[in-house]
Amino acid sequence: MSENMKKDLELDIKNLVVEFRTDAGVTQALNGLDLEIEKGKTLGLVGETGAGKTTTGLSILQLIPDPPGIIVDGSIKLAGEDVMMKSEKEMEKIRGQQVSMIFQDPMTSLNPVMTVEDQIAEVVAIHEVDANGKPIAYSDAIKRAKEMLELVGIPGDRGTEYPHQFSGGMKQRVVIAIALACNPKLLIADEPTTALDVTIQAQVLEMMKGLRDKYGTSMLMITHDLGIVAEICDAVSIIYAGRVIEHGSLEDIFDNTRHPYTEGLFNSLPDLDHREQRLKPIKGLMPDPTNLPKGCAFCPRCDYAMEICQTQKPPRVYRNDEHYVECFLYNEQNIKEGGVIGR
Amino acid sequence: MWKYILKRIVALIPVIIGVTLIVYFIMSLAPGDPAVTILGDQATPEAIEQLREEMGLNDPIIVQYVRYMFNLCRGDMGTSYKTKKAVSVEIFSRFPATAKLSIVAVIFSTIMAIPLGIVAAIKQNSFFDGFSMIVALLGISMPIFWFGVLLQLLFSLKLGWLPSTGNDYWYSIVLPATALGFHNVASVARITRSSMLEVIRQDYIRTARAKGVSYGTVIKKHALRNALIPVITVLGIQIGSLLAGSTLSETVFAWPGMGRFMIASISGRDIPSVLGCIILFTLCFSVCNLAVDLAYGFIDPRIKSQYK
Repeated sequence: MSENMKKDLELDIKNLVVEFRTDAGVTQALNGLDLEIEKGKTLGLVGETGAGKTTTGLSILQLIPDPPGIIVDGSIKLAGEDVMMKSEKEMEKIRGQQVSMIFQDPMTSLNPVMTVEDQIAEVVAIHEVDANGKPIAYSDAIKRAKEMLELVGIPGDRGTEYPHQFSGGMKQRVVIAIALACNPKLLIADEPTTALDVTIQAQVLEMMKGLRDKYGTSMLMITHDLGIVAEICDAVSIIYAGRVIEHGSLEDIFDNTRHPYTEGLFNSLPDLDHREQRLKPIKGLMPDPTNLPKGCAFCPRCDYAMEICQTQKPPRVYRNDEHYVECFLYNEQNIKEGGVIGR
Repeated sequence: MWKYILKRIVALIPVIIGVTLIVYFIMSLAPGDPAVTILGDQATPEAIEQLREEMGLNDPIIVQYVRYMFNLCRGDMGTSYKTKKAVSVEIFSRFPATAKLSIVAVIFSTIMAIPLGIVAAIKQNSFFDGFSMIVALLGISMPIFWFGVLLQLLFSLKLGWLPSTGNDYWYSIVLPATALGFHNVASVARITRSSMLEVIRQDYIRTARAKGVSYGTVIKKHALRNALIPVITVLGIQIGSLLAGSTLSETVFAWPGMGRFMIASISGRDIPSVLGCIILFTLCFSVCNLAVDLAYGFIDPRIKSQYK
């Protein structure tokens, strides 16, 4: 890929395969996932529950619960360096400093028996060094923690309180403060607003956007909400059964939808202008990850499924330099024309 | 906080009344006549009848109970039928030995059980996990008196390292405390393991790892404190079984404590002594439970905020 050399990639995942091996069988969480994030850009990783979104985030941090999870194949490069080659000690330096992760459920993401400022100061104390290269004093870390609280809109003197004294939205702000405390190069946000009220969602999203722009952080926005994607992302990868089935810029995905699954995601959204239209949800459920279909994983739910879809994996077809889709409906010619075939 | 403690102490009063009431009635239902016990089998019926009258044993049981409770409020626990000494003197001369035995047993079981449980959880399904859980199973399956006898056979009779009975040397306590504490190791280790296993799967452990905290530090700093909450509950309950167990351990090892005294008093139908022992055991148990509840507050700020 010659053009990849030109791109300045913060994160470059190639052919990532992750399995969870239990007595009940092998769960194929990721099946050859490819992901790229350019420096300073935000990529939306969109898919249903169980598609492998969180597993992707945890793989980058090398925090897949092992056992039962193992990375079978592929490479994960952070700013050109393969994290798979790193020792545990080196990964500890990367986590929280170069790459941070915001988790989905703020209610359970904070340690209930530690004060909020201690939890923020902990990450600062681990990673930040003073002018002499020595770890900074804990009192300075606390000072920094209070600054971070102010930054996310919480009065600094509330830092001595415990998580149970905070509301859900405030807890998520604390989680974000922890994630941003060391100015990470890459921020993995795993459904950061899913557990929050709609009004708080907008606030938190706005705040994240502001902080991202302020610090030039690259971001992997894991979500199932296309509204959030439209709001905050530069590029979008649609993930299904552990594989990116369509990827492109925001315009590519929103205006030139190609994959039937992506179309299904859009059709599942209520359309305020045409309220008389009934929602067209995607029928059925995600395939059982311990027993994926032989051909295209989406085939059993696809309205356009053909015979070949049942037996073979669809190849990748490019519409332009960035936009690609994995579907038998398309070839080099017809992908440039119209919308989803047959629509 | 102080208000909470005071409330708990006041709540002790109905507990004491309930416990003494039950024990008093059970003892009165038991066969045998205290007057006969005191005077011996050879005494004439007239002498026995006279003593019963003097001791108030002919009054209705409820009257006897109320009289006992009145005296108790004045600090008078009655006189032992057997030794003719004040029960309070009898009990408090023996209490320190029992307290010492129980405390050493608790310390022994705690410092053995908690690390055992933690390592078993971290190395789940490993050889060590299996081994420590077998040890735990042994501990809970072996009756104290039987395990005590085994210890005596090995360390006193065979090896001659430790005295088999009595409290004559500082190291005399090793065997009775081991016999008593080993029983608790089992349940405390098991609960530590399962609690730890649950905690290390929590989201906040993952958050801590994602911050770059090393695994060892995560266990020590984040997991342990959260995992200890159920462990402390069990430790609190264990103190109850420890008091019951102390009677067994004291009997096997001829430890001069309250447990042995209580057993002797029960078989001698020495009601005031039995009651005295039970009241003291009840007090100990309640105080330990209060201490456990206060310990929660120190560990978990969510609970502390409820102590108002």
